[in-house]
Amino acid sequence: MLTFKLAYRNIIGAGLRTWLNVFVLSIAFVAIIWTQGLIEGMNKQVMDAMIDMELGGGQFWHQSYDRYDPLSIEDAHGSLSDGLTTLIEKGRATPVLITSGAVFPEGRVQTILLKGIDPKQKIINIPSEVLQIHDSDIIPALIGGRMAKETRLAVGDDVTVRWRDVHGTFDATDIRIVGIMNTSVQSVDVGQIWVPLASLQNMIQAFDEATLIVLEKQIKAIPPDDAVWISRDLDYLLKDLKELIRTKSVGSSIIYLLLLFMALLAIFDTQVLAIFRRQKEIGTLMALGMPRRKVIGLFTLEGALHGIMALLVGAVYGIPLLRLSAARGLSMPETMDNFGIALSDTLYPSYGAGLVMGTTLLVLIAVTIVSFVPTRKISKLKPTDALRGKLS
Amino acid sequence: MKNEILITTAHLVKKFPIGGHFFTALNDVNLTIRAGEFTGLVGPSGSGKTTLLNIIGALDNPTEGVAVVMGQDTKTLNHKQAARLRSECLGFIFQTYNLLPVYTVFENVEFPLLLLGIASSDRKKSVMKALEWVGLTDKVSSRPSQLSGGECQRVSIARAMVKRPKLVLADEPTANLDAANSHNVLKMMLQLNREMGTTFIFASHDEKVIGYLRRKIGLTDGKVVEDKIISTQNHEESETPC
Ligand SMILES: Nc1ncnc2c1ncn2[C@@H]1O[C@H](COP(=O)(O)OP(=O)(O)OP(=O)(O)O)[C@@H](O)[C@H]1O
Ligand SMILES: [Mg+2]
Repeated sequence: MLTFKLAYRNIIGAGLRTWLNVFVLSIAFVAIIWTQGLIEGMNKQVMDAMIDMELGGGQFWHQSYDRYDPLSIEDAHGSLSDGLTTLIEKGRATPVLITSGAVFPEGRVQTILLKGIDPKQKIINIPSEVLQIHDSDIIPALIGGRMAKETRLAVGDDVTVRWRDVHGTFDATDIRIVGIMNTSVQSVDVGQIWVPLASLQNMIQAFDEATLIVLEKQIKAIPPDDAVWISRDLDYLLKDLKELIRTKSVGSSIIYLLLLFMALLAIFDTQVLAIFRRQKEIGTLMALGMPRRKVIGLFTLEGALHGIMALLVGAVYGIPLLRLSAARGLSMPETMDNFGIALSDTLYPSYGAGLVMGTTLLVLIAVTIVSFVPTRKISKLKPTDALRGKLS
Repeated sequence: MKNEILITTAHLVKKFPIGGHFFTALNDVNLTIRAGEFTGLVGPSGSGKTTLLNIIGALDNPTEGVAVVMGQDTKTLNHKQAARLRSECLGFIFQTYNLLPVYTVFENVEFPLLLLGIASSDRKKSVMKALEWVGLTDKVSSRPSQLSGGECQRVSIARAMVKRPKLVLADEPTANLDAANSHNVLKMMLQLNREMGTTFIFASHDEKVIGYLRRKIGLTDGKVVEDKIISTQNHEESETPC
């Protein structure tokens, strides 16, 4: 209590110097939370978008479906179980049939995934309803914006696709682009062509079959696995994305560490300087009967109090600032698209309680340690030397 | 004097390492100081006055011999015990005042009482009383930077006296003061010595200080060369001697 009182007096008494330090530290503090909030917001947005447009509330996969094995995809489909059929009939899930194929836009060839989806489905948020416009003999197709750019296909264009049916026989037909969707989720866009489920089933001769079933987002009761259909929850489906985010955010962690390091350097410097400059004061405190441990505690606490004050000052201008940036969002430059994960145009930082509290705690602990380290010099200081201002 | 013995030193030696050899700052000092003394260590610069005060104040240890301060051999005290001895029984007055710059006059004087854990209301009373002794009650909320040298030294006297220690160690307390202020400060200390029986030990080569002493211990090259009781004079009424 005494130490706290004295520390408080000392740092308030130091006036401008204290406030300068506190201000610098508070900037680092707010900047750390801001950058971390951006990253967290980005991750959240990416995941939300993926759930919204691709994953739903989880999926059932055909036992031989492997999303990273394009060779096995042609065999990875089967008839639906009764349980899943009931879910689909109730409108709580929708089947997707996938096969690989190739398109020939302007005479070039590009391998693609053909995905059959029920045009009336409401489970995932892609505009599948455009596939309802049926011109009897030509199959309608929906693609994403990136795919359209890559293949230079526009609405109304016809393009030849080639695929193999269940017997391994090659077949080809023309499809017509009836819709281009703007999406931030690359995995429903790049190299993907969406066609009506019934058409694709017909094309590959896999009637009433599917590769995977997407469950609705609010799904509660998930039917059990059976021999053919295996449940894949969101943890499983997002695993790779999370891994990717982790590696991608190493770069931003460096910013984080750099900011923290700079702030701590400022504190360290201040402490070293303070102990050097104030050695006569240290000697006086000792001569007046303050035990060495208390002197060390006092100086450490003074440093740590900078951290606490920076927190308060940071809160004063940081909270409105961070709130504003969370509400307004941040427009992303186009190049961010090459980041490898899907990003929408505007990024909304997200400041979770965990992030704020974690950062607060980290900064406080770091500041305290950094404040403590230079004070160990005091423990080697002889009071007589300190009084004479003789620190080497 | 019949009073109890506060300090004894026996064959006290202090050597400082300088380069490859040792410099002997105190050489076989044997002294006995009793409660209520108003004593000065007098000698030229470098004669060991500060060194001796530091050892008595348990800020430094002797190289050889013993210093017993209020019944405790200072050599046997650890940091904490030495700090406690200083906090509870000793007051320091420094040549350069050594006030805590960011504290007010009140807070500076209050500091030793905070260390002793004295309750707030009692602290306030004692601090005001101490500031009354030194005539600074109108400067309670000033900072040291706003005070004159004499005022600073009076604050430092109040700080040393506020806990009513048995012993006050004053190293060149007048070195930074003009003649008038020196006499004021010395008269005040003499008065506190008389009224409260506080023991004062000075280190000084200032003639003005020497004029007030009741015992003069002469030091030269770390040796006691003179130790004499000076007959009591009444300085309060005497003319300023310079
Ligand atoms: N820490 C130290 N290291 C080396 N030598 C020291 C140290 N402290 C004191 N001395 C030496 O010991 C001798 C006595 O010093 P001391 O400070 O006790 O003298 P003093 O009588 O107080 O002098 P002054 O009147 O100038 O204050 C001096 O020669 C000084 O150089
Ligand atoms: Mg000296």
